[in-house]
Amino acid sequence: MSDHEYVPSSKFGKWFNDRLPLLTLASHLTDYPTPKNLNYWWTFGGILTFCLITQIVTGLTLAMHYIAHADMAFESVEHIMRDVNYGWLIRYIHANGASMFFLAVYIHIFRSLFYGSYKSPREIIWIIGIIIYLLMMAAAFMGYVLPWGQMSFWGATVITNLFSAIPLVGEGIVTWLWGGYSVDNPTLTRFFTLHYLIPFLILGLVVLHIWALHVPGNNNPVGIDIKKPSKDTVPFHPYIVIKDGFALLMFMIVFAFFVFYSPNILGHADNYIEANPMVTPAHIVPEWYLLPFYAILRSVPDKLLGVVAMLSAILILAALPWLDTSKIRSAVFRPLYKQFYWILVADVLILGYIGAMPAEGLYLLIARVATAYYFLHFLVILPVLGFKEKTIPVPLSITEPILGGSPNLAMAKNKESLNK
Amino acid sequence: MSDKKPERRDFLFTASYAVGVVGVAAVVWPLVDQMNPDASVKALASTEVDVSSVQPGNTITVLWRGKPVFIRRRTQDEISEARSVKMEDLKHPEKDEDRAKDPQWLVMLGVCTHLGCVPLNDKGDYDGWFCPCHGSHYDTSGRIRKGPAPLNMEVPKYEFVNANTIKIG
Repeated sequence: MSDHEYVPSSKFGKWFNDRLPLLTLASHLTDYPTPKNLNYWWTFGGILTFCLITQIVTGLTLAMHYIAHADMAFESVEHIMRDVNYGWLIRYIHANGASMFFLAVYIHIFRSLFYGSYKSPREIIWIIGIIIYLLMMAAAFMGYVLPWGQMSFWGATVITNLFSAIPLVGEGIVTWLWGGYSVDNPTLTRFFTLHYLIPFLILGLVVLHIWALHVPGNNNPVGIDIKKPSKDTVPFHPYIVIKDGFALLMFMIVFAFFVFYSPNILGHADNYIEANPMVTPAHIVPEWYLLPFYAILRSVPDKLLGVVAMLSAILILAALPWLDTSKIRSAVFRPLYKQFYWILVADVLILGYIGAMPAEGLYLLIARVATAYYFLHFLVILPVLGFKEKTIPVPLSITEPILGGSPNLAMAKNKESLNK
Repeated sequence: MSDKKPERRDFLFTASYAVGVVGVAAVVWPLVDQMNPDASVKALASTEVDVSSVQPGNTITVLWRGKPVFIRRRTQDEISEARSVKMEDLKHPEKDEDRAKDPQWLVMLGVCTHLGCVPLNDKGDYDGWFCPCHGSHYDTSGRIRKGPAPLNMEVPKYEFVNANTIKIG
């Protein structure tokens, strides 16, 4: 929280603020000191907030027309597309909005990985973020089931069957999740209920995420602790608001391109065939944003271990603040980590590509190597790198390398203090 | 704390917490159990199928409890192939004699034991079934031979009501 005491100017404002300090909160949010060197990778928090609100608003309006029943769901979606005023637009925004949401969240996560934003004292922000990401995947998966097409049905079957890998109680859990002996109407109605609930859970967690962020303040591309407020900071409004706003506009251009020019390119044609429990489509693939984890699942030949590997791949991220032993946050000053970072990015992209390909031959081999490397990065490379890597000296402040008289001397001094 | 002698009040606290926990559990259970299969779902527990028109080498698929059931009238070749397999070659050893009481008829859930897809008939390396999702191969007895699935396709409880009718469930 900013240190200065906020006093509303109007008499009513003062009266209200004494009873509910909303104006103090608003003042904190507008004056919130932010590092002046934040680059465009830092605008994705705002973009993600926009995505969440878009999904909630379009979701609410779709729910006014959608019918969660196995016999009517598919038709009601077609009804939305053909009959409801602007139904096509709202549905395409919602469906592509999910993809845009994941696109933004992946950039946001990889921003954190590059600049070490998950490190002390920001571990709780990071872990809340991972929980939000898990809830996003749950919401996206259940949302994909609602149109009750072939991919909906068989995606739901395959994903819920993952739980059957649990020894002893697995089958019981799957039956409980289904509310029957297969994915059917009871499954659809509960998925709709949860799909409706989860965004509001995410909204609550986003508040906590931002609250936890406002305690230490933003990390920055240099990755050093800065004094707030100081020469190194600017107030959130208008500086960051304008920058976030501009980035959001650019993002909306991409979003609009998908919605208006290729609304189905990220989907799967088989989902325009109504669910049929007797026939499995020849090639089942999840949505693109789940493909890397799907590749990990398929790369392990054992059912239980495959599920364990897939879940570990996500949960290992929560342990990242303790797996990365380096005290230096930003990859700018970590020449080796920077290289391993880009190898990880490539590794995840390869896993994503393989996840969309059949699990056989060369693809399977590549998937296994890429899966092994993914875990190697987090469990071996990161812990060891913190001890072995020779880092580049970090400046004392954001302004120092630019305004300081002899930055090199200061940097050298700083290097000495770091090496102690 | 620990060296303090327990008092009557400590007993009251512990007893109150215990009753509270039982109360909460009693309230939570109906909320959890409502998700289990309901009475109308359970009422569809059995189905009768007329198999008089099925020729040898053909398979029909019927829906039972929302899941496909394969009913295959096997040829003599398929039966002998299934019965000649050595137990040590099987991932999930089951004798064909135990899976198909009447060797001509193989009745099983058409659900891959990996992640629940429907395998395809007359496909795969073992002349039985092949699951397109993640590549599991089943033999002419529906036993898993190759791929990620851990178990053979499940044989449900069924009986011949008469020569032409099978009752599943």
